[in-house]
Amino acid sequence: MSVAIKDDEIDIVIGAVRSDLTSFLNEWRPMFSRFHLIIVKDPDLKEELKIPEGFNLDVYEKPYMDRVVGSSTSVLFSGYACRYFGYLVSRKKYIISIDDDCLPARDPKGFVVDAVSHHITNLTTPATPFFFNTLYDPFAEGSDFVRGYPFSLRSGVKCALSCGLWLNLGDYDAPTQALKAKQRNSRYVDAVMTVPAGSLVPISGINIAFDREVLGPALVPALKLAGEGKFRWETMEDIWSGLCVKVVCDHLGLGVKTGLPYVWRTDRGDPIASLKKEWEGVKLMEEVVPFFQSVRLPREATTVEDCVVEVANAAKERLGSTDPVFARAAKAMLDWVNLWKSVGYISSSSSAV
Amino acid sequence: MADPATISPAPLLKDELDIVIPTIRNLDFLEMWRPFFQPYHLIIVQDGDPSKIIKVPQGFDYELYNRNDINRILGPKASCISFKDSACRCFGYMVSKKKYIYTIDDDCFVAKDPSGNDINALEQHIKNLLCPSTPFFFNTLYDPYRAGADFVRGYPFSLREGVPTAVSHGLWLNIPDYDAPTQLVKPLERNTRYVDAVMSIPKGTLFPMCGMNLAFNRELIGPAMYFGLMGDGQPIGRYDDMWAGWCTKVICDHLGWGVKTGLPYIWHSKASNPFVNLKKEYKGIYWQEELIPFFQSVTLPKDCTSVQKCYIELAKQVKEKLGKVDDYFLKLADAMVTWIEAWDELNPSGASKSAALPNGASK
Repeated sequence: MSVAIKDDEIDIVIGAVRSDLTSFLNEWRPMFSRFHLIIVKDPDLKEELKIPEGFNLDVYEKPYMDRVVGSSTSVLFSGYACRYFGYLVSRKKYIISIDDDCLPARDPKGFVVDAVSHHITNLTTPATPFFFNTLYDPFAEGSDFVRGYPFSLRSGVKCALSCGLWLNLGDYDAPTQALKAKQRNSRYVDAVMTVPAGSLVPISGINIAFDREVLGPALVPALKLAGEGKFRWETMEDIWSGLCVKVVCDHLGLGVKTGLPYVWRTDRGDPIASLKKEWEGVKLMEEVVPFFQSVRLPREATTVEDCVVEVANAAKERLGSTDPVFARAAKAMLDWVNLWKSVGYISSSSSAV
Repeated sequence: MADPATISPAPLLKDELDIVIPTIRNLDFLEMWRPFFQPYHLIIVQDGDPSKIIKVPQGFDYELYNRNDINRILGPKASCISFKDSACRCFGYMVSKKKYIYTIDDDCFVAKDPSGNDINALEQHIKNLLCPSTPFFFNTLYDPYRAGADFVRGYPFSLREGVPTAVSHGLWLNIPDYDAPTQLVKPLERNTRYVDAVMSIPKGTLFPMCGMNLAFNRELIGPAMYFGLMGDGQPIGRYDDMWAGWCTKVICDHLGWGVKTGLPYIWHSKASNPFVNLKKEYKGIYWQEELIPFFQSVTLPKDCTSVQKCYIELAKQVKEKLGKVDDYFLKLADAMVTWIEAWDELNPSGASKSAALPNGASK
């Protein structure tokens, strides 16, 4: 990949759900050290963070978060959602976010995958959501649009979000992982593709990157399960956020890509324990997906903020009475948009740190 | 990483699948496919000069149709079958009595996977067709039914049963399926990327369907697989499979069936002449700018509950809305209706179960 990455356009935002980031950051050092890092500590985490030397980073913890957004609002950022605080205070164009239990993966040839540069390539090459290219990403080296692909659609649209994948521990829900206890994802699928417009997708937060300048508050720390915990099996916040992003992107003509890069997700936690504790998330998806499939944004919603507000209002109206978690999510989305307006400037000129 | 199913020695669907091969040259390529194709019945559709003798390698069970046969069997309806274009292959779909069809071009050979093993493309297509599709929500780990994969977190359980798969669209290593302008600009580009995935194309999304390495459930979607009017006497070529693909996808979306793309790969050996291709495709390159919005906005009424009804309705809309693009589409719309009439004549309802019916006469 020969994409010129401007180092000062990127923030790497890490939500610290665990306190010891030493081996995580050391493993990622070759890929992270050029960039500015934002580490956000889960406000519920009691232990001191352990961070190795040699990185250019800012660390945000509960007291600071309380000061910036108010202690009643900082509850938005507990658990995995702590990373959204990083999105809020970042001043860079691109954000890359990886869970703190993921390490660099190797491709089938044994080379270490540079997830950062892959994500940036995804974000800086066009997406093609209006017609499916059977050879996947037409902008990849050695690939192109196939016969029958309309020429007027070949310039593509801006890619706003890049969703990467995971080797070893795939992002399965607890019932699936509990049932297939030994299943590990060993299949390296050498492709990036655009998720077609109108098609919804569960965007895992484990390994993502997005154009902050373009998407602003479209990634929302909103759906907090009653029994939400500190393993991904016990959360759905990223799935809700991703569905919101996809609806917004479809409406505004932006693209979402999925596929490479892979990260290596380490074995952690016990799916059966998670299942016993929390299966609410799995049930809720039965309501969540049809809801997002039916959301129609009005033509007048021309900005990301407008779109997010529309989705929030629709969620309150249509799902609010189904389960209080949805009414809370809708409110959280509105609070988030307001927070973004006051704290998270969107202007591209304010990229200096 | 081999999944247990590939170790099974028994060919799947031996008596339920026909392999349809259009050819104008020769069938030498079958030698390489022998280990995989020999158990199956072949339908050879011979294009071009009917007096030429096409030799079929020894040991294959086949029926062969040339233009004289097509004219004899269809009478005046033979006008819907293209001449001097591989689009004529759809005649093979019509005369088949089997539940499934695999069609392959005569310049496509057995490819190797990254471990160096020969790829049994037919076996993978069969797996794709026998497994459900998931067009209503995208699974980021691709085909959830493959060994070693599953639905990801967030995928609603109510959607995990999937829907029947109507089409399995395979890909090509070596010479990629590019259009003429791309071939001219990149004559040396070869597809060397083996993407180890099968996926369902989401509902509402169109795609360019290539007929080089394609399998489908004939019982479900057969009548939609009309490859249009191409070749001799027609203003366009190399859009046959595209046309069939757009019609098929719209109908599959309407009737709730799935279309998969991805594995298996075959090795495409011949790059056709890009200048010849450009002449054939030229009009298509302009017309597709109208065709895509047309197909993207097609709606089929609720009472179109069979493929034939959907197809006739599509033909009506083609005539109404595309007639103004070019008179060709008026002809094509008529041919679409003729095709359905011919299909229904050769495949009267109730006789579609393959068990009792013999294959056509071989030569």
